[in-house]
Amino acid sequence: MIMPTRMKAWFKSGSPWIWLNAAAVSTCLIMVIAVLGLVTVRGIVHFWPAKVAQFSYQQDDALQTVIGEIVDTSVTPAAMAKSSGYKMADNEESLVQYQIKTGNRDVSGTDFRWILERNVKQQDYPAEMIVVERREWGNFYGRLISVKEAGKIIATGEQAWPVVQEKLDAALLVFKEIAHLEKKEIGSINYSLEQLRLKQRRLELKNLLDDAAKKQLADEKAGFETEYKQYQTQLNALYQQIRRDSLVAKTESGSELEIPLAKVVRVYRPNAMNLIDKIGHYGIKLVEFVSDDPREANTEGGIFPAIFGTILMVIIMSIIVTPFGVIAAVYLREYAKQGFTTRLIRIAVNNLAGVPSVVYGVFGLGFFVYILGGNIDRLFFPESAPAPVFGTPGLMWASITLALLTLPVVIVSTEEGLARIPSSIREGSLALGATKLETLWLTVLPMASPAMMTGLILAVARAAGEVAPLMLVGVVKLAPTLPLDGNSPFLHLDRKFMHLGFHIYDVGFQSPNVEAARPLVYATAFLLVVVIIGLNLAAIVIRNNLREKYRALEG
Amino acid sequence: MTTQQKRTHTIDMNSIFNNKGASEQQQETCIKVENLNLFYGEKQALHGINMEMPKKRVTAYIGPSGCGKSTLLRCINRMNDLVDSARIEGRILLDNENIYDKSVNVAALRRRVGMVFQKPNPFPKSIFENVAYGLRIQGINDKRILEETVENALRGAALWDEMKDRLNDNALGMSGGQQQRLVIARAIAIEPEVLLLDEPASALDPISTLKIEELINELKEKYTRVIVTHNMQQAARVSDFTAFMYMGELIEMGTTSELFTNPRKKQTEDYITGRYG
Repeated sequence: MIMPTRMKAWFKSGSPWIWLNAAAVSTCLIMVIAVLGLVTVRGIVHFWPAKVAQFSYQQDDALQTVIGEIVDTSVTPAAMAKSSGYKMADNEESLVQYQIKTGNRDVSGTDFRWILERNVKQQDYPAEMIVVERREWGNFYGRLISVKEAGKIIATGEQAWPVVQEKLDAALLVFKEIAHLEKKEIGSINYSLEQLRLKQRRLELKNLLDDAAKKQLADEKAGFETEYKQYQTQLNALYQQIRRDSLVAKTESGSELEIPLAKVVRVYRPNAMNLIDKIGHYGIKLVEFVSDDPREANTEGGIFPAIFGTILMVIIMSIIVTPFGVIAAVYLREYAKQGFTTRLIRIAVNNLAGVPSVVYGVFGLGFFVYILGGNIDRLFFPESAPAPVFGTPGLMWASITLALLTLPVVIVSTEEGLARIPSSIREGSLALGATKLETLWLTVLPMASPAMMTGLILAVARAAGEVAPLMLVGVVKLAPTLPLDGNSPFLHLDRKFMHLGFHIYDVGFQSPNVEAARPLVYATAFLLVVVIIGLNLAAIVIRNNLREKYRALEG
Repeated sequence: MTTQQKRTHTIDMNSIFNNKGASEQQQETCIKVENLNLFYGEKQALHGINMEMPKKRVTAYIGPSGCGKSTLLRCINRMNDLVDSARIEGRILLDNENIYDKSVNVAALRRRVGMVFQKPNPFPKSIFENVAYGLRIQGINDKRILEETVENALRGAALWDEMKDRLNDNALGMSGGQQQRLVIARAIAIEPEVLLLDEPASALDPISTLKIEELINELKEKYTRVIVTHNMQQAARVSDFTAFMYMGELIEMGTTSELFTNPRKKQTEDYITGRYG
């Protein structure tokens, strides 16, 4: 076939090639923007207070009231709606349905409900609608009736609103105090008691538990127990105080529900809010999200432990992988005789980078956790048997597994960095009487440091987003304590931890209330991206500084 | 212009001849090369080299590209040890000690035999740290000693006046000629006995070249210098003795004036008159 000459000339000019390249780049760009955009928008919008609508809804000839937030709208063409069993009038072109978040799971059993638009007789947004965020059972939507103090009504009607806010503020303060007592003070006493028990068992195992030691241990224990009792009384008083008040509210069906203020996180009237109120509300929710513990099987509250766990794990991983990878690369590039063996090792290292990450997880569990951890327990922690210390998944094993996973990246980029350093620099140093080691330490390694940082950046980016291996070696759905706290030795490498990547999976797909949690998936994903970008930016800034400092010689 | 005057002065063969008093004056030998053969794998790069280089004088190696002059130079401070395939036969005596003896500490040898390379290769550190590098690896960290040595070395390399206010600047910000003088300062800071210069001016502009040549002359009485150059005028200007090499062999060696005015071998004559090379 002979192409028209003009067409041929066009092909020869290279324009199609340029168009193809540009198209590929634009497609990539659009997709990246779409991913980030979707996650950002969906994730960020979740915390904006939605209006609460009240519908007069006709169901089976009876009128009922439905109260809730409109979450979603679905439009079904008439034909399709007919085939799924809906009666459609001739002039109706489509069936419109609203998904309403009605809350009140303790009353109705579900959080969401679909209603047909054509059955809605009336829809309005009364200002007095309240939303109660609770520690259990999700949101409550309805009308405030009265506030009770120790069972007695102290305010009703319109006066109830300011009173409930005032009482709630007091209750939240008490709640904070309780949380502090339980987590910090009593938690630390429990930790000390456990240490004491382990100490006793250790002495027992070594046959050193004589009467003097026993008495000392008993004394210490008694000391902690008195302290504990003090806190217990304090706690009881606080509990009594917080349980005293409650609010009474009317649900959409007209029944009354008493909600103790101890179970309430916040009460607000979204329909009565102006823009500034909403922005304030939004800010508070956002801060709560990044700084609080999760509630209700992770579907509410914050994700602070997951952020903390992710960052801590990445930092520990970096501390392990960087020296290890750099030393390996230095040996391969500087000391090993280049030949068949080094080539083989390089191929092996590169292939390691291609091994699926879950395989590393299996290896981590089988080797690090069971074999290494089991032996460490047997040798160093016989007193805690049969409970494992390091013989169970935890922060240390997760970090080491990910360090192994990212090792090839660090080795490869460090090697490249070393190879790029001109031999004239090495010769210059050697000619001044430096040994090979001195040359390496004083000139070559500092000059290769930007390349090491590049390797670390790639490693961090990979490790922070990894989920599959972590599920096997240390990440859990809910960790009761952070791996870093005020109890010596402060950093608890044996503890399990939470991770943003796993949190997304857990909230999105393992949660008992998937629909309610879906926006949190986006918000968490957004945060994961932010954390990874943050870690990367930090590393890039460091690398660029190093690059400026050790700018390689021209030529 | 003084540099111009100096140039014409040094190019004048007769004056060299007269100044240096030719060969009648016996020189003390610093480096002696005995039956040196060097192989890169199967290929022989140096063939039975025998020569003596006198103390505190400048010896120049000239010859066409690939004749082995740089290779020979790099044998004197054992830089060829870095080449895996290189194999050496024969001896090089530095003050009557064989530097290829098994007991020789290579790092210590290189402290005695400094080297300046073709392209300036300062470290990506400050000017001060570049010059102090050799001292620091000897474990000298006393600030006073370092400052004093750095100043002396920079003065020795005629850089002090230009650089005394910029000691903490990165050496990579200097011009090529300054960098090369810095590298010379770095080499003389550890006070070697011998200074090897491997085409030190080939990557530089004419003015910088002139400065380097002046510097080589000024270092006269202190160090034994060996310079590799492909530039015959340069050899004539700076050296007391010249060795002509061709295809890995030493063809002829003598005082510079003699070699240039009255070569004994035809190959030498052809080369210096520009028939080939």
